[in-house]
Amino acid sequence: MIDFVVHDEGDSVGVVVVEGVKAGDEVTGWIMDQDKDIRFTAASDIPIGHKLAIRPLKAGDTVIKYGIDIGKVVADIGPGEHAHVHNIKTKRW
Amino acid sequence: MSQELSKATFLGYRRENGRVGVRNHVIILPVDDLSNAACEAVASAIPGTMALPHPYGRLQFGADLDLHFRTLIGTGANPNVAAVVVIGIENQWAQKVADGIAATGKPVSAFGIEQHGDHETIMNASRVAKEYLQWASELRREEAPLNELWVSTKCGESDTTSGCGANPTVGNAFDKMYPYGTTLLFGETSEITGGEHLVAARCRNDEVRERFMFMFDRYQELIERHKTSDLSDSQPTKGNIEGGLTTIEEKALGNIQKIGKECLVDGVLDKAEEPSGPGLWFMDSSSAAAEMVTLAAAAGYVVHFFPTGQGNIIGNPILPVIKLCANPRTVRTMSEHIDVDVSALLRREMTPDEAGDALLDCMFRTANGRLTCAEALGHREFVLTRLYESA
Repeated sequence: MIDFVVHDEGDSVGVVVVEGVKAGDEVTGWIMDQDKDIRFTAASDIPIGHKLAIRPLKAGDTVIKYGIDIGKVVADIGPGEHAHVHNIKTKRW
Repeated sequence: MSQELSKATFLGYRRENGRVGVRNHVIILPVDDLSNAACEAVASAIPGTMALPHPYGRLQFGADLDLHFRTLIGTGANPNVAAVVVIGIENQWAQKVADGIAATGKPVSAFGIEQHGDHETIMNASRVAKEYLQWASELRREEAPLNELWVSTKCGESDTTSGCGANPTVGNAFDKMYPYGTTLLFGETSEITGGEHLVAARCRNDEVRERFMFMFDRYQELIERHKTSDLSDSQPTKGNIEGGLTTIEEKALGNIQKIGKECLVDGVLDKAEEPSGPGLWFMDSSSAAAEMVTLAAAAGYVVHFFPTGQGNIIGNPILPVIKLCANPRTVRTMSEHIDVDVSALLRREMTPDEAGDALLDCMFRTANGRLTCAEALGHREFVLTRLYESA
């Protein structure tokens, strides 16, 4: 059972692909490029399609997904926490 | 399936200019907003024909007018269209559009409303539309090789599942078709922001790369000129954000999964411009779904792949739009819109190769005549791109 997917093992975030993930849930991730499994504890309720941090992220850090820069952290994010527009912003525009 | 692609064929309508279409529409095409009523009256009088109403065509000028004509002529010239009746308020512009379409050799007639009024125009145009419809009804599909199929792609209402499921499925299908000389298309200039270096690296040569970067930079300047905070939640959209996409960079990296891992970008097109040969083409275009799909149809594409995450429901009057989705919630709640369900990819119950094959199977069935969900549901979004204000 896959609860979240990670594109590349160097990524900062994974994507929840099931409905109903709650804070405290043990979740299993699939790292697609390396075809590995990882386990994590969700630290927030996370809707399907939304991201969870898979490493600690500090304000000012670059967020990596697909192995590439997708924006900057604007509020600290703990491992397993919901990572979205409240704590990540674009570096463009 | 990829082993068989070298011999794969589809059943299409070979047109007078040699191109092959997969639909056999007789369209009633307005040049301008004023002519919509007459076009709709003709389509109503002659069931089986189709009017393509739109809100523009008056007092446009320069590059914006050129694009208007290019889009209308390209739409009529598309091989999914058998014959065209053009109606405009003024005879000269109607004739200009008809002349452009006539270059393909297909039947086309123009009608101007001035000095005739709606009634007489509708009567005269209906007589011709009836003849065209009966003529088209006798055309038969014939076998054509895969390299005669032109396939475009654009995604919409994307979410994070698009980038890990539906978009890579299109990429897999593109990578499989590309070696066989298929003519492919992607675009969405603003939605490459953050991944432009990856597309540039895939360009066949420096000339193509320079042209791509010219189009990309031109769009960035447009956005810089008009931008608001977070682009007013337009890029990413509210739906994208609801679906978990946070930044334009994240959206772009998901978006460009559609061009696969192997095929090269062989050329760059302006909006609604027809490609000059096989390969993968980039078209400078808006990322708004109906605008981009309308431009792809005007460039001559006959089948479209539309991956969605949150559930965009778009169709096009002449270009069959095949939707695929990897989000299990969307597949459950909006199943009537989804032609290819690839949600098993994210459960690791389907491989990317199997997903690509499922999409290609659906593509061949669609090309052979099966209606897409969007066609069956009557989605006919025909949306012209404007460059600036009318004079």
